[in-house]
Amino acid sequence: MKRVQFEHSPLPYLFIAPQIIIIVIFFLWPAGQAIYQSFLLEDAFGLSSKFVWFRNYKDTIFSDAWLQAAGFTIVFSTIVTVLSLGLALLLAVKANEVLQGARTYKTLLMWAYAIAPPVAGLMGNLMFNPLVGDMYKFMNAIGFDFDHKLDPWDASFVVILISVWKQVSVNFIFFLSGLQGIPNSVIEAATMDCKSSFRRFWTITFPLLAPTTFFLMVINITYAFFDTFGIIDTTTQGAPGGATNTLVFKVYQDGFRGADIGGSSAQSVVLMLMVLALTVIQFRFIEKKVHY
Amino acid sequence: MSGVKLTGVRKTYPNGAEAIRGVDMDIQSGEMIVFVGPSGCGKSTLLRMVAGLEGISDGEISIGDRVINKVSPSERDVAMVFQNYALYPHMTVRGNMSYGLKNRKMPKAEIDARVEEAAKMLKIDAYLDRQPNQLSGGQRQRVAMGRAIVREPQVFLFDEPLSNLDAKLRVQMRIEIKKLQRRMNVTSIYVTHDQTEAMTLADRLAVINEGRVEQMGAPMELYTNPRTLFVASFIGAPQINLIPVQFDGTHLVNGGLSLAGFADLPRDTDLVLGVRPDTLSVDAGGQFSVRVDLVEQHGGENLIYGGVTAAKDAEGEELEICLKADKEMLPSIDDSLTLGFDPATAFVFRKDTGERLK
Repeated sequence: MKRVQFEHSPLPYLFIAPQIIIIVIFFLWPAGQAIYQSFLLEDAFGLSSKFVWFRNYKDTIFSDAWLQAAGFTIVFSTIVTVLSLGLALLLAVKANEVLQGARTYKTLLMWAYAIAPPVAGLMGNLMFNPLVGDMYKFMNAIGFDFDHKLDPWDASFVVILISVWKQVSVNFIFFLSGLQGIPNSVIEAATMDCKSSFRRFWTITFPLLAPTTFFLMVINITYAFFDTFGIIDTTTQGAPGGATNTLVFKVYQDGFRGADIGGSSAQSVVLMLMVLALTVIQFRFIEKKVHY
Repeated sequence: MSGVKLTGVRKTYPNGAEAIRGVDMDIQSGEMIVFVGPSGCGKSTLLRMVAGLEGISDGEISIGDRVINKVSPSERDVAMVFQNYALYPHMTVRGNMSYGLKNRKMPKAEIDARVEEAAKMLKIDAYLDRQPNQLSGGQRQRVAMGRAIVREPQVFLFDEPLSNLDAKLRVQMRIEIKKLQRRMNVTSIYVTHDQTEAMTLADRLAVINEGRVEQMGAPMELYTNPRTLFVASFIGAPQINLIPVQFDGTHLVNGGLSLAGFADLPRDTDLVLGVRPDTLSVDAGGQFSVRVDLVEQHGGENLIYGGVTAAKDAEGEELEICLKADKEMLPSIDDSLTLGFDPATAFVFRKDTGERLK
């Protein structure tokens, strides 16, 4: 059988060209560069380089520092995602009970989204400053021997707190609009079918929020993996002793501070594969449980 | 089964708006009561107060002997069918129907038995494992009914359940609801703004206007013996002909229109004469004539609309009246017909209070 071919003009390609060009220049080309660089060993001054196959991968991935950063990233991302989603959901459910209409108020809440992570980090840094920081003084006043410059747990606490704080507002807005999108009569029907509001929430409201929750989970994991770079850079910078190094921050440190382009590239390639795997898992296994 | 009793029920919103202004009602066990009225009259609010979805500002509602003012909606032993069905979109038909029973900790075997039985009764047993978005409007409506039936409640509440269906399906479901209610013999309250639905479904009808019950009674009683102008104009399709008139001692007068046969009415007061379209007839010895504007053929009967040149309606326009006639009666446009009616079948109301005088 002959396939039917329709004549068409090249105009559509012209329309999508700007987007394609942006993707090629800012994503595909650097990604290709990273893969290429990850096979090279460069001298400290960048004057000569040698093709070393997988040595960069072997050297970095099996190093204690990388494993520590990977472990911290996983724990950090899990805590940040769970806490920022959980807190936002709790706040949204409570707000939804009292908030009728009040559009302006909801729009104003969205402003927190406009705060860039480095700005949030800077504000957090000031609050935890040992000399002038109120939070620093408060933590010590209530009996903790708090010093995030020295103690890895305290440092992790600070970056997690700031990361969650920055993200809760965004999640809150999405959850709130998700909740307001659930038809009132469905909630009323549930009220007549089920006495316990706790049970009602988990059997009716939460499943109906699943599309929102899934979307936010993907966004939040990405945020915790990558966007928290700015927060870590402005607060702990991976200190003390690399305890708050996330994988992204380590890529930056090794590549730009340590001038180990090859090793840093190898790490980014591994990170890329990890995120790819994570995304596949999310869409294959979790999305199945989502009812749109 | 048990009846429902409303005593001095009021609903006042925090902003002072009064939705329900004192309703007393005694609904017998097994009776089907229809609340009918224009939109915004408070009929849905009253139903939702019985359901427990709206608070009661004053007065008392009881089901059987139990006062339910403070009882939570799930423990009132009532089941409700919503206008937009309100099915749980993430559950199957079976899940939707069994949800309320599961939460009441009913044994699984009994839940299954009840769901199967109700599904058979409603002819949805083939769809039990489908999701609501795979069903048509009529099927969803049945699922919503099924969800109420399996609960085997003391009282069924229907909040305009048919208004999202197309006209044909609406008539069909109307008949089924009536049959089902007869068979199960459960006390039911049904809210609608459709007066055909109201007339056909109700054992007794409550016409609600501005948060008050204007009149309550059997549908035919309201039709033949309305207590107020509002009830007369709301019940009956086509609508009753309303003619603004004054009484001069012997006749009801509007411009050149003068109708005899009335007595003992107040003079110098604005009155409204109500004549049902089916009590008017073409009669050579009749009291007034109309110029035919339009003939609607409904198959079994014709509705003839015509202008009474000599008289004006409430807005000062030419008075337009409607006459129900046989299907053989087919006058041409602009024909002149002389109409008559038996004054004994006509109603006279005071225009200001709406009170019926005759």
